[in-house]
Amino acid sequence: MIPELGHLALILALALAMVQAGFPLAGSFNGRRSWMAMARPLAWGQFAFLGIAFACLLWAFLSDDFSVLYVARNSNRLMPTLYKVSAVWGAHEGSLLLWTLLLGGWGAAVAAFGRHLPQPVAARVISVLGLIGIGFLLFMLLTSNPFERLFPVPPEGRDLNPLLQDPGLAIHPPMLYMGYVGFSVAFAFAITALLGGKLDAAWARWSRPWTTVAWVFLTLGIALGSWWAYYELGWGGWWFWDPVENASLMPWLVGTALIHSLAVTEKRAAFKRWTLLLALFAFSLSLLGTFLVRSGVLTSVHAFATDPTRGTFILAFLALVIGGSLALYAWRAPAVSGGGRFDPLSRESFLLANNLLLTAFTALVLFGTLAPLIYEAMGWGKISVGFPWFNTMFLALMPFLALFLGLGHLTRWKRDQVGRLIKGLWIVALLAVAGAGASILFLPAATGGSLMVALGLGLAAWVFFSHLAGLGGRLRRWRDIKAIKAMAGGRLGYYGMLLAHLGIAMFIVGVTMVSNFGSERDLRMSPGDVHEAAGYRFRFEGVETVPGPNYRAARGRFLVFAGDRRVAVLEPEKRTYFTSAKPMTEAAIDWGFTRDLYVSLGEPLGDGDWSLRIYYKPYVRWIWLGGLFMALGGLLAVTDRRYRGFSRK
Amino acid sequence: MKARHQRFVFVALAILGVGIAAALAISAMRSNLSYFFSPAQVRAGESPAGAVFRLGGLVVKDSLVRQKDGLTVTFAVTDNAETLQVSYTGILPDLFGEGQGMVAKGRLGEDGVFYAEEVLAKHDESYLPPEVADSLRPVPTEKNAETATGR
Repeated sequence: MIPELGHLALILALALAMVQAGFPLAGSFNGRRSWMAMARPLAWGQFAFLGIAFACLLWAFLSDDFSVLYVARNSNRLMPTLYKVSAVWGAHEGSLLLWTLLLGGWGAAVAAFGRHLPQPVAARVISVLGLIGIGFLLFMLLTSNPFERLFPVPPEGRDLNPLLQDPGLAIHPPMLYMGYVGFSVAFAFAITALLGGKLDAAWARWSRPWTTVAWVFLTLGIALGSWWAYYELGWGGWWFWDPVENASLMPWLVGTALIHSLAVTEKRAAFKRWTLLLALFAFSLSLLGTFLVRSGVLTSVHAFATDPTRGTFILAFLALVIGGSLALYAWRAPAVSGGGRFDPLSRESFLLANNLLLTAFTALVLFGTLAPLIYEAMGWGKISVGFPWFNTMFLALMPFLALFLGLGHLTRWKRDQVGRLIKGLWIVALLAVAGAGASILFLPAATGGSLMVALGLGLAAWVFFSHLAGLGGRLRRWRDIKAIKAMAGGRLGYYGMLLAHLGIAMFIVGVTMVSNFGSERDLRMSPGDVHEAAGYRFRFEGVETVPGPNYRAARGRFLVFAGDRRVAVLEPEKRTYFTSAKPMTEAAIDWGFTRDLYVSLGEPLGDGDWSLRIYYKPYVRWIWLGGLFMALGGLLAVTDRRYRGFSRK
Repeated sequence: MKARHQRFVFVALAILGVGIAAALAISAMRSNLSYFFSPAQVRAGESPAGAVFRLGGLVVKDSLVRQKDGLTVTFAVTDNAETLQVSYTGILPDLFGEGQGMVAKGRLGEDGVFYAEEVLAKHDESYLPPEVADSLRPVPTEKNAETATGR
């Protein structure tokens, strides 16, 4: 009964979405206020029905209702409750429901927090969200209904893929989806601007917080995914340039460009059409990401075995959204007037460089990700693009981004003098060069060459000290109480920017250190053996068998010594889940601010011997900490008084 | 500088940048592409000598042998037409198993053994990489054998 209720709620949500996509939009053109006024209640209703559907599926999981096919495939009586909850979005159908629920949630949020918006704008934004909702609800109801029944009812479910039974993965997809779906709001605002042919500073101020919040979620989602891959897949890497990772990175890169371009649009009324184009692409790339993950056209660690009708549907939907929005852009963009002028040496120029670099890199990632499809379609053979290619591309472009990052925020809008910049920055440049030099002199030989280390650490120092200089300059200018008060009350956007850019510097340090000084060894050990890596001694104590809730584990024990001091006890596991023939590796990690020690079990080799993997990962945490700082910076920026004061009006 | 000139400079710079990036990307890609071959194609000499490529197929049952050092394993990979010996030093992924699909990246040795640098296995155990699924020949059961001889 409950699953049917959920199914019904989905159908009702679709009906509401159709009304939501039609009436408010039509009303905004013919000026009927009553039609436009329908937008907010409809958005709420949409969210409510999707919530009911989601709750029904959650109930089916919690009550072990294996008559529902999706539950039978992805759950099990023995599974801990947390994973029964996360199993709701553990596979295709449920993750789609989560996606749609979040879309409804963003729509409701626009209805709730967008009270300051002029009525036609709010109506159009909510209508566009309704249009997207129709696409996803149709997709779900026609090709992947999560409430499909199974007969005869099996006595026990098949269990969730053991890889997904992990707290990190319980929150990673919702975060990522919040980001993906969040760009739909930026998209809806862009469509609204195109429909109205009007794009002013107020428009930029409305869409900025929405875009930033979506970007914050996407940042967190990607960082969590990378962290999960690091400890759960047991390969010890943090980024694999896997198609699915790329699929989440591309909207992030474009979203980052969009945030910066929106800043120019708000402050200087420039880059208007470019901003619109970026907003359209950020969401289109989010959809493409879904397509890549769900269709199984690319070989990926994330690929699900899928049926082709789904791929066809998403492809058609994708063509409709991208084609439709670009056609609208081509038709209406000329109506959006070009913006303010600026000199080659101005903040606008640096932000332009930021945008060009980010979009160029996105294009490269897109090319590398789709190259196997292109080659196969052209009959040139079956290829894969190795991750060294992506690394090379990253290294070719991103150092310039970091270089400009240190310059842009200190440069004045519209026009600046070279002399002023040099005066403010020569000491920063000196510190950066000193940092690079020190890394060559004092650090041990690096695997990637000491020049790479010098480049990485030098750029990190450059970014860090440049922002420190910027902060110092600002504090000096505001050395009276009034200014400090104003600073505490508002102006948080600036501090958000500082924090996010600090995150970039941390990220650079982490990547540089772990790629150049990390070590990885596969080896065979007998109980009592000692292995030495990077000054740490790992003593293997042996392996014992321990029971778990829905698995049995072989648990190894390692004592790690630095000199004579014991620094860690590591207990990696090899788990065998009752419902699966395959074992699962659970790595043991002793984490630290400046290094991770990482051990994972391979296979038993007889006589108590095991094959093992021992990693030393210096500064690897800084990569995710950097991501966290970027996200925090984004959050801080959103709370800027500029947006708060405005929404209170 | 006039606005028109300014725009021209920016457009020129953008085109230059895109051009350089494209040239870089394509030239770098040549050395990073790895093609996919099935055991039958390798036997037929289609795979490049000395270059890295990917080999995919099903792992032959009971062919997995562990060498004395405990880390080197050898196994046979088949596309149901030909089989090829593969040697790999290191820890195999959890989802690797006899009778299942796998993709390995490495080089073909002069002794006809494929020396894998990396063995890939996927999230989902019911999942078969699309390249492997395409390359598999139908298993010659009795019925197939009949139609084959009848042809």
